[in-house]
Amino acid sequence: MAPIRSGLMHHLGRNLTALTTWIDARFPMTKLLKEHITEYYAAKNFNFWYGFGVLATVVLAIQIVSGILLTMNYKPSAEDAFASVEYIMRDVNWGWLIRYLHSTGGSALFIVVYLHMFRAMLYGSYKKPRELIWLVGMAIYFCLMAEGFFGYLLPWGNMSYWGAQVIVSLFGAVPVVGEGLAELIRGDFYISDITLNRFFAFHVIAVPLVLLLLVVVHIMALHEVGSNNPDGIEIKEHKDADGKPLDGVAFHPYHTSKDLVIILVFAIAFSAVLFFAPELGGYFLEHANFEPANMLQTPEHIAPLWYFTPFYAILRAVPDKLLGVILMGLAVMLPIFLPWLDRCKVKSIRYRGWVYKLALGIFVTSFLVLGYLGLQPVSDTYTLVARVFTFTYFAFFVLMPFYTSWEKPKPVPERVTN
Amino acid sequence: MTDNRDFTRRHFLTAATAVTGGVGLVAVAVPFVASFAPSARAYALGAPVEVDISKVEPGAMIKVVWRGRVIMIVHRTDDMLTRLATIEDELADPASLESEQPQFATNPQRSLKPEILVVEGVCTHLGCVPIARFEVGPADLGSDWPGGFFCPCHGSKFDLAGRIYSGFPAPTNLRVPPHSFVTENIVLIGADIGAT
Repeated sequence: MAPIRSGLMHHLGRNLTALTTWIDARFPMTKLLKEHITEYYAAKNFNFWYGFGVLATVVLAIQIVSGILLTMNYKPSAEDAFASVEYIMRDVNWGWLIRYLHSTGGSALFIVVYLHMFRAMLYGSYKKPRELIWLVGMAIYFCLMAEGFFGYLLPWGNMSYWGAQVIVSLFGAVPVVGEGLAELIRGDFYISDITLNRFFAFHVIAVPLVLLLLVVVHIMALHEVGSNNPDGIEIKEHKDADGKPLDGVAFHPYHTSKDLVIILVFAIAFSAVLFFAPELGGYFLEHANFEPANMLQTPEHIAPLWYFTPFYAILRAVPDKLLGVILMGLAVMLPIFLPWLDRCKVKSIRYRGWVYKLALGIFVTSFLVLGYLGLQPVSDTYTLVARVFTFTYFAFFVLMPFYTSWEKPKPVPERVTN
Repeated sequence: MTDNRDFTRRHFLTAATAVTGGVGLVAVAVPFVASFAPSARAYALGAPVEVDISKVEPGAMIKVVWRGRVIMIVHRTDDMLTRLATIEDELADPASLESEQPQFATNPQRSLKPEILVVEGVCTHLGCVPIARFEVGPADLGSDWPGGFFCPCHGSKFDLAGRIYSGFPAPTNLRVPPHSFVTENIVLIGADIGAT
């Protein structure tokens, strides 16, 4: 038995090698695999914060696959949209699973991406030489926001309708050209069948194409400069005789095996929501959206999905329409400038002064409180609280050049610690 | 290395190609962007609508739709009209100077006939439909609430002529759409030609 089998394996192996050689002469397959996977060196001291990039990719894949399956049964027209979603939920085999995968995936993607961005703020991953990775990442975040916004209209529920109405009206606040701009976006005088049809086009083809391209650029830029690590030091500064970083290990198999565990833990949590609480008490799928769109009736209380609520709270906190829109836009855009606002040379929070730790704490608190307030109905007390935290949110960014120049960081080690 | 080749022709060709290509790009962009604007059908569906208001009792309101916007038609009582004057100092734009309305609606009642109010049910903040809250002094709006409209989205308050109170996010009064009376009880919404 044994000689025959090894003979077979030998043949197979020889043929595989021949095939690889044939492809490599025509396409840089082995070269790409080495550069990005088997010989991409990342620091050996990664902690769980470093799993969210991989998780974002996994959830994006879930969204693409479930999204494609949804388009097979969804109808992007004002007449049919709501009913086609109900049809998917009730009559399509496993349709409910596919739809819940997509709706839960949407929220999951934002959770993962927010944690991924927070990781960058913890360990200074946006700092030189990784500014471009951060910028491309912000562009990806904006694409995700666009996906969330366009996609939310598609079920044509009443919250879909009025959410889109509110957001499109924001463009109407622009002086002079505003109304025309809002009409150009809607393609009508109100959110109509025409608007739904074009939002579908944006959601399923235009934005995803840009998004995928940006993800590739994000990863290429990362692999060019190399990953940061929890100590915030450059592992490329200490290499062995072969030119490999002494503190780095190959992405595959060392990081991939760890990432698999992270993906499994995530999959368990994801499945728990997916199967036991797909609406998550109205936070992942809002209750008002189980009624069809009704242009005559605004839901009693309009709130966007949770991932937009910090910015929505800022919009509501400002008593002037145009100023509110401007501040909300600024709140979304300000993180773009982090690489230049942060003047501290030390990257990792482990070696930064108390000032930054305090500032980051205030920022996270502001973001969470604003996110909570954006979900609540308006009241005088909440508006006051929202104004206070809007102020601290902006202070974190605007005052950053000052307090980060002033902070006294600790000495940074030469090599990564455990 | 000295380079005495003549690049004049190449520079000319580069510039000519760039300009021609640029013109072509702009020419293509025009129809692409223009295709986003409301279509002929959207305009046709936005034509004026006639509304019979003979069955709207005093103190009652009906809603109709014109261009996808809710149009609220309120038959105000005399009592409601007298209350309009009492709150003018709490309003942001009592004389409707900053707001959008046909010329005939700049009076305090903002209407053609004093009792019939025709306003768009579109909050001037972000386009939600304000809720009719005609009762006086309800618990949630305070005992001094004289009746009016309340926007559920961001809390803007309007009086019974659609005028915005000071200190709320909506910048202007509710819009009064162009309208006219075809007969005593028929309102034509979307056209103020032949306004009576």
